Amino acid sequence: MRGGMRAITIVYAVLVYGFIFLPVVTLVLFSFQATSFPIPPFSGPSLRWYQTVLADQRLTSALGNSLLVAVISSALATFLGFLAAWGFARFVLPASALLRGLITLPLTVSYLIIGMGLLVLFNRIGMPKSLTAAGIGHVVINLPLCFAILYSQMGEHQANIERAARDLGAREWQVLALVTAPMLWPALFASFFLSMTFSWDEFVISFLLTRFDTTLPVEIWNLLRSGLNPKTNAVGALVFLISIVFVLLFEIALFRKSKS
Amino acid sequence: MTALVQVKNVSQLFGSMCALDHVSLDIAPESYTVLLGPSGSGKTTLLSILGGFLAPSEGQVLIKGEDCTSMPPAKRPTTTVFQDYALFPHMTVGNNVGFGLRMRGLARPERDRRARGVLALVGLAEAFDKKPHQLSGGQRQRVALARALVVEPSVLLLDEPLGALDLKLRRQMQDELKAIQKRVGTAFVHVTHDQEEAMALADHCVVMNNGRIEDEGPAERVYSRPGSRFSATFMGESTIFPGRVTPSREIETPFGNWRLNTDATAGTDVALALRPEHVAIGDRPLALGRAKVGDVVFQGSFKRVTAAPERAAQIDLLARLPADAVVRSGDVVEFACDPRHVLVLTR
Repeated sequence: MRGGMRAITIVYAVLVYGFIFLPVVTLVLFSFQATSFPIPPFSGPSLRWYQTVLADQRLTSALGNSLLVAVISSALATFLGFLAAWGFARFVLPASALLRGLITLPLTVSYLIIGMGLLVLFNRIGMPKSLTAAGIGHVVINLPLCFAILYSQMGEHQANIERAARDLGAREWQVLALVTAPMLWPALFASFFLSMTFSWDEFVISFLLTRFDTTLPVEIWNLLRSGLNPKTNAVGALVFLISIVFVLLFEIALFRKSKS
Repeated sequence: MTALVQVKNVSQLFGSMCALDHVSLDIAPESYTVLLGPSGSGKTTLLSILGGFLAPSEGQVLIKGEDCTSMPPAKRPTTTVFQDYALFPHMTVGNNVGFGLRMRGLARPERDRRARGVLALVGLAEAFDKKPHQLSGGQRQRVALARALVVEPSVLLLDEPLGALDLKLRRQMQDELKAIQKRVGTAFVHVTHDQEEAMALADHCVVMNNGRIEDEGPAERVYSRPGSRFSATFMGESTIFPGRVTPSREIETPFGNWRLNTDATAGTDVALALRPEHVAIGDRPLALGRAKVGDVVFQGSFKRVTAAPERAAQIDLLARLPADAVVRSGDVVEFACDPRHVLVLTR
């Protein structure tokens, strides 16, 4: 009886994980296909399609654009989130709870709405579609996240440590740069890498707000319009690999924090 | 000798709560001042006002004759040792101690040299390269002290600095604090609720209660001649009982009419306080009468005894008897005291 239950449990687990990972595994597997169609039978392994991807100037420049937008927008979102969290944690503000709610609100709004809203706004003020516009969109979606992570890490004990720094003659910017930020390094890193992960594979906002220079997810979508081939699998596998790196860095930042 | 710090008529309101009620206090240079009181007495509020972390609702704070009432902490000639030490967790001990000097623009070699000097003073020379989390509570305490002392403040403020340490370490640190204070000559202002700590450290002991100063002066004087009922019970224990001054200048007490030294006018109600070590069994001039012994607690060098006097059973008579005294719970014994030991308190 017990053995039967155990078998059912295992089968169930296999099904669940299969459901989650089978598409990814298939995608990665057929990226190594030697022939021209990403369908069985598997004819690889071959690095042919990876070579094609890396030789495709549009894809590599889109990859570069994606990284650039991810790094800059994440750094900005982390910086602004840090200042906002510090402000809410250290000062008594009027309607503090309401304002905190408003700052985290974009988390609940769909990316489509945010993207369209920014599109209308940028049109109105005459700002052209560009990587900068997409980057601003990514700051909008990631700032609430960074704020929430950093705000949760700012406690009363740290406020006392900041007080000690001020008591010893530190100016306000020195308190922030030499005491507050270094105490929060793990949370700052975690916010940054999580933002990177989200910015890296964000599609809707980038699609709406970029035109000629665009990010990798948008370029992949362009590629898909001309039909399936193992090249899309290869570029998808690359995107997945880089996402994993960001998530790992995020986990390491969190893990180091929980150790100390 | 002019005062180093003058607190003039300072009040602090938190909403409708009055944390400090028109407090005035002078602090002499090179002195060790202890603010003693129960929680909520306003002692920590007063320390925060001295440190510049709070601007008082009313009144003035002068340090070295200069009005510092609303000057931020960074600009004041004061530094604070926080109760939770508030060390910078990401910096080495050396950098923690050197932080204040760095803020004053000193170059690293000079900073390190002076940080090492102060660390040696507090007995932690070997910890220079360690991180705070590698140190014990007592060692962190010393780092916090070194960090506050290295910038050579005129006044060092200590907020329950020994509160987090175990009793043995506390007594040891307290002796060291006193020695360090004498050595550097900086005025220390130390907040505590521990009256033994206060007596051991204070040149000037300030007893606080309900936002007011109840009593202040040398610790010995505050103990032997407390100014109020509160300080007689908070600074050490006392048996308190009521009395009334008669027209013949005697004091009417539950134990009979006593002739005591007081300038209270006839007809005033007073409180009489008796320290437990001044209550004895047997032959003393003032009889307290027979009393039924309640608890007898053996404490090593003495026995702590409570007793209910037959003449006034509602009074809890506290006595500190010699360790070899033969008393047991339930015994009925004659207690007595000496008139010079009875404290007459008019407030």
